[in-house]
Amino acid sequence: MIIFMQLRVNVTEFCIDFNCMKIPSSLLGFFNEIGAASRFVSRYFQEVVQPRYEVKQFIKQCFLIGYRSLPLIGITGFIMGLVLTMQLRPTLIAYGVVSKLPVMVSLAIVREIGPVISALIFAGKISSSMGAELGSMKVTEQIDAMEVSGTNPFKYLVVTRVLAATLMLPVLSVLSDAIGLYGSYLGVNIRDHTSLSLYFFEVFNTLKFGDVLPAIIKTFFFGFAIGIIGCYKGYNSSKGTEGVGRAANSAVVISSLMVFIIDLITVQITDVLGLN
Amino acid sequence: MAVTDTYSPDDSTAENVVIRIAHLRKQFGTRVVLNDFNVDLHKGESLVVLGRSGSGKSVLIKCIIGLLKPDGGDIFVLGKNIADMEHAEMDQLRSRIGFLFQSNALYDSMTIRENLEFPMRHHLRNLSNSEVNDMVMKTLADVGLAHTVDMMPSELSGGMQKRVALARSLILHPEIMLYDEPTTGLDPVTGREISTLITEVQKKYSTSSIIISHDMHCVKMTGDKIAVLIEGKCYALGTYEELERSTDHNVKQFFE
Ligand SMILES: Nc1ncnc2c1ncn2[C@@H]1O[C@H](COP(=O)(O)OP(=O)(O)O)[C@@H](O)[C@H]1O
Ligand SMILES: [Mg+2]
Repeated sequence: MIIFMQLRVNVTEFCIDFNCMKIPSSLLGFFNEIGAASRFVSRYFQEVVQPRYEVKQFIKQCFLIGYRSLPLIGITGFIMGLVLTMQLRPTLIAYGVVSKLPVMVSLAIVREIGPVISALIFAGKISSSMGAELGSMKVTEQIDAMEVSGTNPFKYLVVTRVLAATLMLPVLSVLSDAIGLYGSYLGVNIRDHTSLSLYFFEVFNTLKFGDVLPAIIKTFFFGFAIGIIGCYKGYNSSKGTEGVGRAANSAVVISSLMVFIIDLITVQITDVLGLN
Repeated sequence: MAVTDTYSPDDSTAENVVIRIAHLRKQFGTRVVLNDFNVDLHKGESLVVLGRSGSGKSVLIKCIIGLLKPDGGDIFVLGKNIADMEHAEMDQLRSRIGFLFQSNALYDSMTIRENLEFPMRHHLRNLSNSEVNDMVMKTLADVGLAHTVDMMPSELSGGMQKRVALARSLILHPEIMLYDEPTTGLDPVTGREISTLITEVQKKYSTSSIIISHDMHCVKMTGDKIAVLIEGKCYALGTYEELERSTDHNVKQFFE
């Protein structure tokens, strides 16, 4: 909290300094946005721990968010597994290591493709719908109406959604990994023949704790970023239907970008920890 | 006609005053929307605030309910200054005030029943399900829409949505009602129906109210007293008949 407050002060001072130097207003706007977003994030962490808890609404959001993205994430995971296998096969044959196909594919899926593809699909589906939903609630004064009826709209709308997104993406991502590996098993069987048990025996032999755990941990951060950006954009969208559209659109763009940035950061961390 | 250029609170009637707005100031950036606005609302009275679009009428009632923070002046609601209030106290006060939003603000992902139950989930948590159901049905019946209880807001016409929104703001039996342009955007016939409904509801629930409007028919039907908001001030205050006879150009233009 204190860190965020300091950040806020610094950002303002920063802007004033730059103002004298005639820095373009777009940069100023950027820093203002960062400041507002940090305040939003810090408010989230305050409100998520304070009672009263909107448990019913949270469970409903988990169901909606998880359920709505499951088919899409399942299908993309399956296709990625299948395609990856079919494309890797000729190269591995050329080097005479086609028996290592399950090893390569499972590492690629579990460590990178499963989490990142699920997160991108999730960003497209969930972040935009949060932006649009909260944006239109804001524009039609529904958020004000909640406030007037004694319900804290931040808790009821934002906290439940962000928490649900943070918890659901890891689940979806693990499911996507599993479906992707099955797709890969089918891909192997197009040309060769392996049994399912043999294939998965090989996969689980390859995967180590250090492959799986960081991949799962980073999906929590992906989920959090996607949820908070969608909610922030919607909750602060400007008046009018155009504002709602813009909120939904920039929610997707920024949260997709954020997924890659977090991915980049985690790979550095795992590298330092010697897990790569 | 009484042009209120100086403000002198009449303390002899203080206990009758449910809302006192004194020297209210509100600005957004450099744009001053309300500047030294003064008005009293007495118990059982309905006060219409008349003003052009963008003159700050919505800002005024949003300050009363605490959705916007004034930059200066005081607002006393039911004897207490809202600026001094803690969050919990404000919530408690809000349960005694009904607010009808200009855009209705019905929760479009919820049924009519859930919309009406929403204010109760915080304020009347101890009620049994059947008591809640009774209150919902009774309030909906008061606005003539008991049959819509399981519909979604999008299935209703504009006038019906307005009625449902009215029912939702009445469900906690507020002492004060704030209406933000209740007839704007409705056709004249429906607008008249809503005006009639408002006057009926005033009697039935014995509320004191502030009604924002520029629909002269609604103003005439619902208002005991009219405050004209011009350039952030309460420019004129009086009954419909008094203001109608006004020779002041700024006031006259509303009645033409
Ligand atoms: N949240 C806000 N931020 C900035 N300006 C606002 C805000 N709310 C209202 N305003 C400005 O205040 C003025 C009065 O608005 P409003 O009270 O909605 O008018 P009306 O009398 O039509 O209800 C408008 O010029 C509007 O631009
Ligand atoms: Mg208005």
